[in-house]
Amino acid sequence: MSCWETIADYALRSVGVGERLLPRSDFTLCQQFVLIGSGMIWNVYFGVLALFAGFFLATAVALGKAAQSPWLRKPAEWFIFLFRGSPLFIQFFFAYFLFLSLKQVAPVFTPLTSAWAGALVVLFLNTAAYSGEIFYGALLSVPKGDTEAADAYGFSGWVRFRRIVWPTMLRLAWPAYTNEAIFLFHATTLVYFSGFPAFQQRGDALYYANYFADKTFNPFVPYPILAGYFILLTLLLIALFGLINRRLNRHLPQARRAKMKLRLNLIR
Amino acid sequence: MGLPARPLRRRAAIFSYCAEPELLEGARWLACYLTTGKHMAFYASFGTVLLLLAITAPVALAFGFLGAMSARSHIFPINWLGRTYIAIVRGVPDIAFFLFFVIALDQGFEWLRHQALCPGWDQPIRQGNDFVVCDAAKLPLGTAPQWVHETYGFLLAVLTFAIVFGAFAANVLFGAMRAVPRAQIETAEAYGMSRRQSFWRILVPQMWVYALPGLSNLWMVLIKATPLLFLLGVEDIVYWARELGGTKTPRFTDYPHGDWRMWYFLALLVFYLGFTKVSEVVLGRVMQRLTFGQATAGGEAQRKAAA
Repeated sequence: MSCWETIADYALRSVGVGERLLPRSDFTLCQQFVLIGSGMIWNVYFGVLALFAGFFLATAVALGKAAQSPWLRKPAEWFIFLFRGSPLFIQFFFAYFLFLSLKQVAPVFTPLTSAWAGALVVLFLNTAAYSGEIFYGALLSVPKGDTEAADAYGFSGWVRFRRIVWPTMLRLAWPAYTNEAIFLFHATTLVYFSGFPAFQQRGDALYYANYFADKTFNPFVPYPILAGYFILLTLLLIALFGLINRRLNRHLPQARRAKMKLRLNLIR
Repeated sequence: MGLPARPLRRRAAIFSYCAEPELLEGARWLACYLTTGKHMAFYASFGTVLLLLAITAPVALAFGFLGAMSARSHIFPINWLGRTYIAIVRGVPDIAFFLFFVIALDQGFEWLRHQALCPGWDQPIRQGNDFVVCDAAKLPLGTAPQWVHETYGFLLAVLTFAIVFGAFAANVLFGAMRAVPRAQIETAEAYGMSRRQSFWRILVPQMWVYALPGLSNLWMVLIKATPLLFLLGVEDIVYWARELGGTKTPRFTDYPHGDWRMWYFLALLVFYLGFTKVSEVVLGRVMQRLTFGQATAGGEAQRKAAA
């Protein structure tokens, strides 16, 4: 079987298109590359959607934590503590079994017991908490002069936030937020190892890498392939976030621009 | 015909009233349920986690120190080795490292022993999908008792954790060594100290205050990484929570119940939150202690507050 046939059979295997059966023996390098790459679809899916939705909740949580009223502040603080203070791995397990119990109560919750929805919810809340903390830190370091100038110009309420505070907050938070994004993509590999079942063996990249490592008892091929894919993904993210960073900093003189410094957060 | 409805053997119980579990109700039932032999194993697995932390933290710190030292080295291969070690854990999901190292280390050890113990072996080690070494090189030996297998698995896990976290720690320490003001080293050199002397007497004692924020962050991360032990095949708290929480029918246990896994994982969640909170408080104190009298912004703030 040529590599093109393998690509045709397995390139979309992780979403259920193409050959139904996974290869069982005589694994070729091509099969490993294609299937692990196919699994990356799920990593990108989880990462992109959770990051996008989490961004908005994170902004709300950061504002809540910076609010005067304890009715807003306390829930935001607890939310952040709950998700940052416990392992994501345990959060996945807990959420999965919680959704299983909810399913017994009302069938509305049935989709949440499968990974595409359930794990996405957990990742969304988790990244919202981590980014919320980053945004909160940035919110506190918005220069006083900026807000005073906004007040002097008669800005208030929503317009003041949208035009003055928010862009500066984003600009200050962006390097740390880039790390969070990279880190979130790495965290997506936990999904299929934490209770959520891989329906019809449709898993993410690590799921397939693990499959090959188990079958061939040779970790030296599938895991480096996985690592290669993730390094590519990381570079892509850095490039993308770098572009946004440039745009956020475009009004500043060259010397004062925030450098994108890569400081990876590790495991959650 | 028919199987006995209930297992006949009764385990020694902590409370005397646990002898007849099916008659119990309410709080007493719960007290008996939570003190069964399996639950004791569950509680002991918390000890496994703490043991892992207690061993891994210093070993990883040592790995990190060596990594940072070699990354600072002026000899090319050592410098390159140190930098690669630090760089390699970035950009790749750490869980992949855990899954990789456990098999890779195991095979690596067996291969080394194979080379040493069975020189006459002429077959290839990788035969298709099998990894074959001679019997004498197996780790642990096929004849070894169960506890040796478990300990070996645990030690592999510790080593894996130490390698991965050693790289993280190396990164932190490398940064901290560079953060020590240049003037300190220059002064040491002006006093005629050699590179080695100024490293051990000036740089190392001063770098900790710069390293501590990074290291405490790392400690938090290490705590949160401990459930991954489950993936490495160790019977840890996640294993037991899944095991004990699952639905139990009266046929196999004295304490039948439905699917309680949610509650077990809730307990784990609370455990980790508490552990994180305690660590935060303790590390805050240590930081205060270390900044005392240092020429940093933190030390300056302390001095002003006292004055």
